[in-house]
Amino acid sequence: MSGVLSIVLKRLGLGLLTLLIISILIFGAVEMLPGDMAEAVLGQGATAENLAALRAQMGLDQPAPIRYLDWLSGAVVGDFGISAVSGASVAETIGPRFRNTLFLAAYAAVIAVPVAIILGVVVALLRDTLFDRVANVATLTSISSPEFFLGYILILYLSVKTGMFPAIAKLNDGMTFFELLDRTFLPALTMVLVVVAHMMRMTRASIINLLASPYIEMARLKGTPAWKVIVKHALPNAWAPIINVIALNLAYLITGVVLVEVVFVYPGIGQLLVDAVTKRDFPVVQACCLIFAATFILLNLAADVGAILTNPRLRHPK
Amino acid sequence: MTDKKQSDLIERMVAEARKGRLSRRDFMHYSLAAGMTASAASGLWVSKAQAATPKRGGTFRVGVHDSNTSDQMDPGKYQAVGEIQLAHTHRSYLTEITQENGLGPDMAVEWSATPDAKVWTFKLNTNATFHDGRKFTPADAIASLNHHRGENTTSAAKPLLAAVTDIKAKGDDSIVIELDQGFADLPWVLTDYHICMLPAKEDGTIEWESGIGAGPYKIVDHKPGIGTSLVRHDGWHREGAYFDEIEMIQLNDPNARQTSLLTGEVDAITQVDLKTAALLGRNPNIVLDDVPSGSAITLPMFCDTAPFDNNDVRLALKYAINREDIVEKIMFGRASVGNDFHVSPGMPYWPDIEQRTYDPDKAKFHLKKAGMENLSVSLSAADSVLPGAVDMCVLYSEHAKAAGIDLKVVREPNDGYWSDVWLKKPFVFVKWGARPTPDNMFTLAYKAGAAWNEARWENERFNELLLIAKAELDDAKRAEQYREMCQIARDDGGTIIPMFTNFTYARNKSVAHGGKLAASWELDGARGYHRWWFA
Repeated sequence: MSGVLSIVLKRLGLGLLTLLIISILIFGAVEMLPGDMAEAVLGQGATAENLAALRAQMGLDQPAPIRYLDWLSGAVVGDFGISAVSGASVAETIGPRFRNTLFLAAYAAVIAVPVAIILGVVVALLRDTLFDRVANVATLTSISSPEFFLGYILILYLSVKTGMFPAIAKLNDGMTFFELLDRTFLPALTMVLVVVAHMMRMTRASIINLLASPYIEMARLKGTPAWKVIVKHALPNAWAPIINVIALNLAYLITGVVLVEVVFVYPGIGQLLVDAVTKRDFPVVQACCLIFAATFILLNLAADVGAILTNPRLRHPK
Repeated sequence: MTDKKQSDLIERMVAEARKGRLSRRDFMHYSLAAGMTASAASGLWVSKAQAATPKRGGTFRVGVHDSNTSDQMDPGKYQAVGEIQLAHTHRSYLTEITQENGLGPDMAVEWSATPDAKVWTFKLNTNATFHDGRKFTPADAIASLNHHRGENTTSAAKPLLAAVTDIKAKGDDSIVIELDQGFADLPWVLTDYHICMLPAKEDGTIEWESGIGAGPYKIVDHKPGIGTSLVRHDGWHREGAYFDEIEMIQLNDPNARQTSLLTGEVDAITQVDLKTAALLGRNPNIVLDDVPSGSAITLPMFCDTAPFDNNDVRLALKYAINREDIVEKIMFGRASVGNDFHVSPGMPYWPDIEQRTYDPDKAKFHLKKAGMENLSVSLSAADSVLPGAVDMCVLYSEHAKAAGIDLKVVREPNDGYWSDVWLKKPFVFVKWGARPTPDNMFTLAYKAGAAWNEARWENERFNELLLIAKAELDDAKRAEQYREMCQIARDDGGTIIPMFTNFTYARNKSVAHGGKLAASWELDGARGYHRWWFA
């Protein structure tokens, strides 16, 4: 197990370095956008005088590298600063939004992952049958449509026409858990439709790949039923690539929700990021992007660790 | 009695009844006299006149567009629609734009000026209180106005109060505002959405951070970019505030907004997508409100830059645009045509000057006179200014072809349009929010040397009249002065005004209002929250 631990530590160290580089890239990108924060805040109401006053108030009269180092020195001790536009603490602004995004991602994952794997196993078992074809075409169609389009279709049929679910996912403080699940069902379903295809097809492909192996043939020859061949013999060896795909999709559930949040007016982090970029609110943009980057790094790490743990050859290196 | 006359009469009676000036008994009496049957008159009373009697109660849920996480409480930085809507709900102003689009009292009960309009006295409403129970005093009013003045202010309303030299308290219920020039429109300017009244701190600054105000509703929970819940402020100094609670929900996505209204998630929305407005209006439970506003689309040309420095070129471009076609195709009829002067028909002092029409031959004539038959110019636009802005310019370009003008449309990036394109490029697309008076608009964008003189237009007579009219307290003389200014702007100015847009918003049929709507902002001048009610 010490091998796993050292890999984890090494990867975490590299992850921190990646985050630092990303923070520089984001700062540069925000700087390069036309117009600055003061102009974005005042918009059409800007004059030379109130622009200068606002720039001084926001600290924009400092040179860019100094502003970056200012931010960095706070960030390394966990202080992400205050939103330059509203003056609210970045951590307080992002905290509840990020919790909402995580909730929606978890809700979608709890549905999508079992559905995708079970469906993948079933289509591997029934491959080249009508069911296989239909499942493939259906999931590929849903993954090929943009999220907002899927969202609109679901709103039209499940909300406007039939009234089964609420059309927008606005949250109240006093909601019960069941109400929350009902409110957020349509956005969660949209995300499920987007990620299922990828995971299902990977499950199907890696199982079918193994089905040609001699040991599977042996299992068949000794008379093991087909489902048992797949679940007991093929699946354990197929886990590594499947876990990889699941991890990538989980990361997507967290970082790729911007459009879904906009369509369903869900108060998550994606909507916040869009707002912050329009106003050039650098501390908020930076914090959101770093959260996204950290999500990818951690989930990739989790995928690798998962792949090692499911493979005895990697678990006990000679 | 003809049908037309009868319906006019009945409409007038319904309006009177709504204002409470006509009792049911009188209403029935006059209706029968006008030739209606008793049951019809009785039905009309129930459906029209009585329905307009406000009822208290309910939670009014509104889907608000252009409402962002970055929305703030500092009144000097108000800019987004969400901020303006909220500002009129939890804060109050000295004066207001009424439902009839006139000027009315709010936290000031009356005002008067010296004959040269240089010194103004505003008597304050002493019954007004802030949400924490504090009384509204002259000190609060002075601090609130000073927030937009002085060297270090970051307020976007600074130019509006630039002429103010001093503000003093007079007794314990009045303030005196002194100006360095006569300014007849001051009470109108004080309706500006930035200039709300807030409690003063010891040091003469205002307390805006806490989010309290003296408005009809007080904030219970405010999540910028998500929504705001408010409850009635029982100590409010005015009539109205019929809803018990207000819930404002950020709905920036047009589809989400309209779906929410259709499925009953909200009771009203602040903007309807024009492309689908007709479809939405077909739903029997939805009522569209379509209010012609003073919000103008302008196409300013730099009058100090060739080829626009030649008035014949400017006139040619003014004749080469088909305004009716643009209103019809780009705005789906929900706009009114402009006439190249920046006063809309709903504004005070609007002069009835002959409408300029699309005339490619006249355009050609002016081009020939200027010696520029092969005129080729670029027009910059971005869809962030108005959805359909680029399309409108392309359509204009097609109109201009008939006059032999090569009009190239440049699509500019949405980001930074106001800082990099507007006031920088010689011929651009601009949208202006409605301003209450001609003086306000002319001073901001047409006066020589004004920071926002977007066409760099300087006309001696126009600027002379501007100063005279500014201090003129006689309405008839003033109207004549503004007529002349509008005529000059129309025939010499550097700004093409294709149209004034409408505010088009929608509500559930359970929400009622008095029938007239202020044209200053969405939702009855952002005051539907305290003027409307659940029928």
